[in-house]
Amino acid sequence: MTIALEIISPEKLLLTRDVDMVVIPGTDGDIGVLPGHSKLITGLRGGLVDIYEKGAISGRYFVSGGFAEVTESRCAVLADAIIPQEELDAGVAQAAVAEAKAAYDAVDIQDQDAYRNASDRLISAQAMLDSVTPHRGDAV
Amino acid sequence: MPSLKTLRGRINSVKSTRKITSAMKMVAAAKLRRAQAQAEAARPYAVRMGEMLAALAASEGDNPNASPLLVGNGKSQVHLLLAVTADRGLAGAFNGNISKAIRAEVKALEAQGKTVKIFALGRKGNDSLRRDLKDQIVNTRNFVGKKTIGFAEAEAVAEELVRGFKAGEYDVVSMVFNRFQNIMVQRVTEQALIPAVKPTANDNLRSENGALVEHNYEVEPDDGSLLDRLLPRNLAVQIYSALLENSAGFYASQMTAMDSATRNAGDMIKKLSLSYNRARQANITKELIEIISGAEAV
Repeated sequence: MTIALEIISPEKLLLTRDVDMVVIPGTDGDIGVLPGHSKLITGLRGGLVDIYEKGAISGRYFVSGGFAEVTESRCAVLADAIIPQEELDAGVAQAAVAEAKAAYDAVDIQDQDAYRNASDRLISAQAMLDSVTPHRGDAV
Repeated sequence: MPSLKTLRGRINSVKSTRKITSAMKMVAAAKLRRAQAQAEAARPYAVRMGEMLAALAASEGDNPNASPLLVGNGKSQVHLLLAVTADRGLAGAFNGNISKAIRAEVKALEAQGKTVKIFALGRKGNDSLRRDLKDQIVNTRNFVGKKTIGFAEAEAVAEELVRGFKAGEYDVVSMVFNRFQNIMVQRVTEQALIPAVKPTANDNLRSENGALVEHNYEVEPDDGSLLDRLLPRNLAVQIYSALLENSAGFYASQMTAMDSATRNAGDMIKKLSLSYNRARQANITKELIEIISGAEAV
């Protein structure tokens, strides 16, 4: 049994493949999606999408946030920015964290939307930095 | 009767015009292919997003506390029209059609006593609308010098719209753009952005078998807060796809316009050559008559 994974950015369909399992970074925690998963719509936080085939990770992509739609036979990841994990760069990630931190510090806490955006951005940038050298799920 | 020299000059100038228009036609054709590919590539995201939104909006639509982006803020006094045009001309009636539709819409809304504001997206629309609707244009943006339109640009426009809406600058937002139907036809379309279109009105929001998607999803974190994130995103997606349709339509329209300009130049050259040859022949005949009558006189 496989599940059809689609990773889509606003600009193009990045990847569509039948995989055994995929782990997505949901807003409330990571979600492992196997074939036959109940129907689910979730927001995504910044983090890694791990693709499992034959018991091992066969691909990891960093997403900066977005949404995912899961049905019994399909998992569609709608992400804002998608970068293959091996192409992540610590320097770029650090710059992003610094920038997001500055924006976060400058934001007006009373302005709920701006505050939420700034904190989402900081979390996502931090996740990007953490994903450069991932430590979870390495030994499967 | 113009002289042979002026005729020759005109033929040459029309010939160089034809060279330019036929080159522009070929360039437009190449760019059209790229723009179409880009529009095609952006479709899966829009389709999936539409499905999710339909599922959530169906359950949230009757909730009086639902996000104002979805159900509106209860007023409809101030309308914002987003006029999407190209940044360049020489494309037949492409930009003119949008301006015309905007003017008609402004007149219709003002007749109902509404206030109308305009956001001109694209240089040509701004140039043309500024002439008589200068006071209504509240914002303008163009992409002059950008090779392709990225999602980031659409997102910036969407953010600006949401900001203005939340600040109470307008109550209703709709967008007028050229929908790309085929190379010959671009249809002027008006699409409501805020409040968001009801799911039933949009084909994008239907699943593969044509049935309206029913909401039996688990939702994380919850319907309301997910919608709060999804709606601005969806706005950006709609603007992005309109911009892509606009750019594909522009090149298609430019290609058609340049094709007929090339053909007209060809016709013009034929006509001018005919009168050039006639004038030349008349000259020769006249000279012959002069020689013959001169010889006869001897």
